[in-house]
Order: sequence, then structure tokens, then C-alpha cells
Amino acid sequence: MDGKSVVSASGKASFRTRVIKDWKKYKPIYILALLGVAYYIIFCYLPIGGILMAFENYKPTRGLFGSKWVGFKYFIDFFTGAYAWRVIRNTLLINFYDLIFGFPAPIIFALLLNEITSNAFKRTVQTISYLPFFISQVVICGILLDFLSLNGLLNQIITVFGLPKTAFMIFPQYFRSIFVGSGIWQGLGYGAIIYLAALSSVDVQLYDAAVIDGCNRFKRMIHVTLPCIMPTIVIMLILRIGSMMSVGFEKIILLYNPSVYETADVISSFVYRYGLLQGNFSYSTAVGLFNSVVNFALLAITNSISKRVSDISLW
Amino acid sequence: MWNYGKKSVSSKVFDFCNVIFLIIVSIVTIYPFIFVLFASFSDPVRLVAHRGLLLHPLGFTLNGYLLAFKTNDIMTGYGVTAFLVIVGTLCNLVMTMIFAYVISKPGMLWSRFLIVMVIITMYFSGGMIPSFIIVKSLGLYDSLWSLILPNLINTFLLIIMRTAIMAVPADLEEAARLDGAGELSVLMKVVMPATVPTLAAIGLFYAIGYWNSWSNALIYIKTTSKYPLQMVLRMILIQNNSSGQMANSGVTDSQGEAFRRLMKYSTVIISIVPIMLIYPFIQKYFTKGMMIGALKG
Repeated sequence: MDGKSVVSASGKASFRTRVIKDWKKYKPIYILALLGVAYYIIFCYLPIGGILMAFENYKPTRGLFGSKWVGFKYFIDFFTGAYAWRVIRNTLLINFYDLIFGFPAPIIFALLLNEITSNAFKRTVQTISYLPFFISQVVICGILLDFLSLNGLLNQIITVFGLPKTAFMIFPQYFRSIFVGSGIWQGLGYGAIIYLAALSSVDVQLYDAAVIDGCNRFKRMIHVTLPCIMPTIVIMLILRIGSMMSVGFEKIILLYNPSVYETADVISSFVYRYGLLQGNFSYSTAVGLFNSVVNFALLAITNSISKRVSDISLW
Repeated sequence: MWNYGKKSVSSKVFDFCNVIFLIIVSIVTIYPFIFVLFASFSDPVRLVAHRGLLLHPLGFTLNGYLLAFKTNDIMTGYGVTAFLVIVGTLCNLVMTMIFAYVISKPGMLWSRFLIVMVIITMYFSGGMIPSFIIVKSLGLYDSLWSLILPNLINTFLLIIMRTAIMAVPADLEEAARLDGAGELSVLMKVVMPATVPTLAAIGLFYAIGYWNSWSNALIYIKTTSKYPLQMVLRMILIQNNSSGQMANSGVTDSQGEAFRRLMKYSTVIISIVPIMLIYPFIQKYFTKGMMIGALKG
């Protein structure tokens, strides 16, 4: 005992004394922390613990610890079931289209805005562009369904060009295009903000140097502007690829109907329908868990590839 | 930035096309809302007969709005959402402020631990079903608190708040402590006034979140009279569930469909007016908030 206290007095304080000292100094802060810690434990960590029920036959009456342990039964059920391939395929395809068309759109939009010399015009376009982002998903989808209905605006316009009327929301082949297209429309301005911020920090001297080297505007865009915002693009790409296996259920369930499940039903909407509406708690928790594990793995893999190739990483 | 001598012809052509393109993008972005606005004031019978774009209201009527306001669900939805926006945002701000203050003390022994605990939740979550079961077992199911408590702190906004608090000069806090102020009064009298712009920005984010959110209510609320506005909108706009209200508003069947559409348009406008009113403020804070988040994230 004596030896210990000598050590702590002369050099590094022992853990215990540090804890006590820290507690004395920051006691009021720790008391303030209680509320926040309680929130995180109850509403974030308890649900994470609740993932356990993916491995048991969860019965609400028996609780998490009283229910029967079934191991990977529900995972096997899902993968051998009729819907696994359909929801995984739809989730991946929607993300793939969004990656191809939706990811570059805000970058191009930002680059084009950056070429505008009039600040007032630039600001106006930008202000308008992120308006849809602040309108609720319900309203956006309501307008979308109205415009795409049989007597809606889109049909009125295409009949002028001699095309037949189509009830777009009933045919599975249109769903993904509608979903991804409206997503681009909603997120264009919002997505561009981060690139515009990166563009505004590009050193003007670089452009001067490029002009002296005889670069025209297009070349300056390719050789100066793009490399300067490349780190931002890579970070956004990592994040984007990290969510290749997730599509939020909100917009899906607002837009879909049983006749387009074939192309519209994604993992999250499936979890919602099978889990909450039909009460298959364990089964859909297993599906959800599978989904988040894949997502996190994707994020980690892309991140480490990017770290090796370009030195850019999230962590 | 681009005035490097005389512009070449191709450069001018590009500028011209670029401006035209961006104008088209802006029109495509905003026109759907303008269409709905015009349609909401239009004579429903003429509206049904009309083909193509609307460049002005067809006639003028407030019937859609009158119908919408007569619909009880919309008014109760408005009430519920107002409660959530006011009470919910207040709870969010208090909790976020306090916890951001807690994790902004780098000298504190457990500070690192708390930050890691918070960051982990940005990457992992229990998912829909476990969260539902927790909320249910806490007895919050079908209570408006189920829309507030599970989202008391948004970790992303918490970190933005922490960044702002850490930028407050330490001298200010020290001076207050020397005057005998306790932690709570340092927080209220020094830190809070110094971070008002950020506080306003994240308050705006929380408030817009409450205004626009509906999926929590879809999961946690059963009673229709407790539906927030967006859930009511979902019934009217997505599920076409307004026939009940139409029946007792004295509209004949043939006109029914036309009136239903008119009411939909009016409902959309009623629900986005508040967002439009605060849009200038959103504008101001939003870009800033995004950039702070981008730097940290």
C-alpha cells in the first residue's frame, strides 16, 4: 500500500486516485451527463442489445431473456425463402442506379454553378435547388403520385406528343426510374452544397497558373477544379457505397403498392411489412441485422481501399 | 473569377448554354409546387377539363381550402405537430445543449469514453423492431412522447453543438467560475449566450424534422386523433382517404373526384406554408450547419 502511494505521488497517479480527483473536479458535469447517458443507453444501446432476438424465437410475453434460442434459424429462413433474392436485388438495383445517375448529378450541378459569374443568379438558383429537400417526403410523394396518375400532369403532357396514357405507378418496370429520378430531383441542390463548399476553397492562384500555362476553361475545370474537390468526392463516394445495401423504407412505402412489389419492395420495406405489420419480430430483426452488417462491411471495405489508394478515409 | 482577358466565342457559348440549363433546372425544381399552388385556387371543374401545364389559376375559388380546414383530421394534425415542434424541439435543445457541454470538456477523464459511446451510435443501431419493442415496453406506445423521447439527441447535431461550445473562449468560463458560478449557471449564462447562432440553427433542424417526420408516428401511434400532420396528409394524399369528410360537405358524387383533387392541392399548400415562411432563415443557417458537419463528419 505504502509503495503504491509513493509511486502515485512521485510519478503517474494511480487510476483510482485519478478517478477520485476527476470526480471531485467534474462532479456537477457528471451529474449533468446522467440524462444524456440515460438517453443513449435506453434508446440506442438497449435496441442494439435487442438484436439478440434475431437469434431466438422472440415472444413478447416471455421477453428477451425468456424466449427460446434458435441460433441462425431466421437467417436461414430468410435466405431460403421466396423474398430474399427479390428484396436484395431491388435494394441493390435502386442503389446502383442512384450511384450511376444520382451520385454525379450534384457534382455536375455544383461545377456548372461554379462557372456562373453573377452572384445573384448563382444564389437564386441554389436557393431554389434545395427547396424540395425541406418539403416532407409525404408531400413530395403525394405530388408525385398525382402527377403520375392516369389523368395526371405527365400523362397530359405525353398525350400531346401522341404517346398513350399510362398509369405509371401500376407497372413494375417504371418504379425504379421514378424512385431514383425523383430522388435526384429532391437531392440535387442539397447534395451540391458540400461540393460548392469545397469549390469555394480552391486557391485562385492555381487558376492563374493554369491560365499562364495556356489552359482554357474546360481544361481548367478538368486539371484544377476537379482535383481540388476530389477528396470531397471520394469521401462522399465512400459514404455512398457504404449504404449500397440500404434504401430507406419511408419513400418506398409511400410510393409502392402490391402490384409493383416485384421491383419496389426493398429490405427495409420488407422488414416493416413482415416485422411490424405481421408481427414476425425475430425474423425481420434477423433480416435487418443482416442488412446492417453488410452495410457496415461495405463501408469498412471501401474505406480501407480508399485509404490505401488515395490516403483519404473516414477514420 | 473567370475574367481572364477576353472570352473566346466558345466560352461565351458555354456561358449562355449554362445559364439556360440552370434556369431550366430551377424551373423543373420549383414548377411542381407552383402547379399545386395554382391548382389549389382553380375551379375544380375547369381544372379537370384542363390539359397540360398551368400558368395561372383557372378561375378563383377558396373552396379547397375551406374543405381542408373543415376536415377535423387536418386541424388535429396541425395541433399535434405544433405540440411536437414546440415541446419536442425544446426538449431536444435542452438535452443536446447539456450533453454537448458535458462532452466538450477534454480534461475530463471519461470524456473520451462518452464521445466514443456517442459516435458508435452513428454507425450501429438496433433497427426498427428492437426500437419498437423498447418503446412499447416503456409504455410509450400510442403516446406523443414516443415521437419525442426516442429522438431526444441527434448525434450529428450534438457534434455540431459540441464544436460550437469548444469555440467559446475558456477565459469566459473561468471568469464566471471565479465569480462563484456553478456549472449550470456557467452553461446558462456564459456558454449558451455565446452559442446562440448554432443553437438557433440546430433548433431549426429539429423543428423541421418534427414538421416533416411521419414514419415514427406510423410505427408508434395507433389512434388517428394523435396523428401528426404528415400522417394525416398521408391518409389524404397517398391513401386517398378523404371520402369520409367529403360525404358530409354537401358535394355531389360527380363533382366528388374533382373536389377531392382540389382539396388535395389545398392541403399540400397548407402544409408547406410554414416551411416557406421560415425558408429565409433555413437558408441562412443551413449552409453553415452543413459545412460544420461536413468538416467534422
